[in-house]
Amino acid sequence: MAASDHTAAQPDHDYVVELRHVHKWYGEFHVLKDINLQVGHGERVVVCGPSGSGKSTMIRCINRLEEHQRGNIFVEGNELTNDLRQVDAIRKEVGMVFQHFNLFPHMTVLENLILGPTWVRKIPRKDAIDTAMMYLERVKIPEQANKFPGQLSGGQQQRVAIARSLCMKPKIMLFDEPTSALDPEMIKEVLDVMIELAEEGMTMICVTHEMGFARTVGDTMVFMDQGEIVEMSPPSEFFANPKNERTKLFLSQILSH
Amino acid sequence: MTERTVQPHEDWSRPPAATTGAIGWMRKNLFSTWLNSAMTLGALYVLLTTIPGLIQWAFIDAIWGDNPPEVCKNVPGACWSFIYEKYRFILFGVYPWEEHWRPLLAMIIFLTLIFGSCIKPLWALGKWIIAIWVVGLTMVGILMWGGILGMEYVDQSQWGGLPLTLFLATFGAVLSFPLAILLALGRRSNMPAIKAICVAYIELIRGVPLISILFMASVMFPLFLPTGVSIDKLLRAVVGLILFSAAYGAEIVRGGLQAIPRGQYEAADAMGLTYWQKMGKVILPQALRITIPPMVNGFIGGFKDTSLVLIIGLFDLLYTTRLAFQDVNWRPYFVEGYVFCALIYFCFCFFMSRYSQWLERDLVKGQNY
Ligand SMILES: Nc1ncnc2c1ncn2[C@@H]1O[C@H](COP(=O)(O)OP(=O)(O)OP(=O)(O)O)[C@@H](O)[C@H]1O
Ligand SMILES: [Mg+2]
Repeated sequence: MAASDHTAAQPDHDYVVELRHVHKWYGEFHVLKDINLQVGHGERVVVCGPSGSGKSTMIRCINRLEEHQRGNIFVEGNELTNDLRQVDAIRKEVGMVFQHFNLFPHMTVLENLILGPTWVRKIPRKDAIDTAMMYLERVKIPEQANKFPGQLSGGQQQRVAIARSLCMKPKIMLFDEPTSALDPEMIKEVLDVMIELAEEGMTMICVTHEMGFARTVGDTMVFMDQGEIVEMSPPSEFFANPKNERTKLFLSQILSH
Repeated sequence: MTERTVQPHEDWSRPPAATTGAIGWMRKNLFSTWLNSAMTLGALYVLLTTIPGLIQWAFIDAIWGDNPPEVCKNVPGACWSFIYEKYRFILFGVYPWEEHWRPLLAMIIFLTLIFGSCIKPLWALGKWIIAIWVVGLTMVGILMWGGILGMEYVDQSQWGGLPLTLFLATFGAVLSFPLAILLALGRRSNMPAIKAICVAYIELIRGVPLISILFMASVMFPLFLPTGVSIDKLLRAVVGLILFSAAYGAEIVRGGLQAIPRGQYEAADAMGLTYWQKMGKVILPQALRITIPPMVNGFIGGFKDTSLVLIIGLFDLLYTTRLAFQDVNWRPYFVEGYVFCALIYFCFCFFMSRYSQWLERDLVKGQNY
């Protein structure tokens, strides 16, 4: 573990995202403990685990919304370091969808969608609008383009948020509990969009407790508890015969209701 | 209300009369509870005992028109002849008498610029607004200073009254605003050095009264300049006002920044926006919207604070008013002078207050957060 801190680590180009021996502390509190995770092209990873286990922290390290303190994180072959240009370059390629949508309330839906493309990717405004409308069609709400986010339902807002990320043409999408702030009847419309995205071959890392979704599209299940990755396996195996006691307990709780 | 069955022909197109109209409004707003009724009656009593006397003094018993001070002797009402005699001095100070049309015209241009910039349909002019301001301010400068086009040169030391107050207040407010934003951003910066400088500046300025800053600007500041270089008194006053209001403005903006949820910063970061793009496009537009009421409150305070420049010898509106009743003949009529001055201040402050309310409502239109 210590050796990797001193030698310049090399990325493994088979993977889009790679975490090697990643540790993070909040003060004295060890939130991430020796996290190792590899995500290949087009792979769909579903992360689950009890509240406070560090799921959000882990995926937020991937686009540097949080800083890790030990180990290496590679995205698209570039290592995340304190070099801000490197961080900006990686953020261009990584889209993120948040639990609470985080749309910009002072802009219309369309303005939300073209902000990144025009300012970060420097795409002409007209082209950005075309792309934005295309993605709004994809998430099935083109008629809401000129409304403000506050005028949409939660499910619609989350679909706008997904479209906003897609407008940046990211190579990887991160989802942090995208449906857990939604009313039950809206969950499906968001999951449908995510399933469609998965079927198109997008590389995705999703923190979610939607086990139906995990079974449908997941390639790899990751179970976290107390800052560690406790178990990692394909969904068929993960649900049929979990190895670890903590996984079993978690699954029995989550599947019982 | 007695029970009755609803008649099919009953008029449902409007609510019952007792809940609308003047009576309905009074019942709901003035006499809804015992306490409310008591306060309404109390307020009515206060108004009835003061208003008639005020009207008597200001209008019925008052002396109007161009009269010598002797006419006002032993008159129980207001002596508006004093204003009649002195209004030009109050408005324009010691600016040469024959040239008063110049500050008047300059002031009209200046106010047109300000009010024009407040009119929403004109915002469509975009960058032209800046060009118009540049032209307008150049005209104001030419009129005030003169020295060309056959106009006699008038030094700033002779400027005074309302134009001076307006210039100080406007430049103080407008130019302190960007500085306030930078200070607020600096105070929330991750960079310790920048943060420390901003905190020190804000706390230092907030810890001393404006008078002492103006005093330092006028007396101490020149000591630091190389000999021979002198900065004009008016400019020093403006700089003092800017530095002062920026510190207060910074705290207001900081409050606005703090009110923006962390998710907004994170979404902007995740998108790959740079720091300045994030602030300029996402955070500040939202934060500044929340800060409109306290900001305007600050501007109104700043407008009135300009009266403190008298301590460095500038003839602002309040000072010219006071000088007006230093005239031995008119000495007893200081109340009229202050009322006149207060009315002018009130008009501007009231406008600012109403405008900010309109702006606030207009900006949130359609985007129910
Ligand atoms: N900024 C912070 N400072 C200190 N502790 C934090 C901070 N953010 C998170 N934590 C702690 O780190 C732990 C992991 O948090 P994290 O948000 O990653 O959990 P999670 O697995 O996403 O949980 P949930 O399912 O509730 O979202 C929690 O115990 C949390 O209290
Ligand atoms: Mg979480």
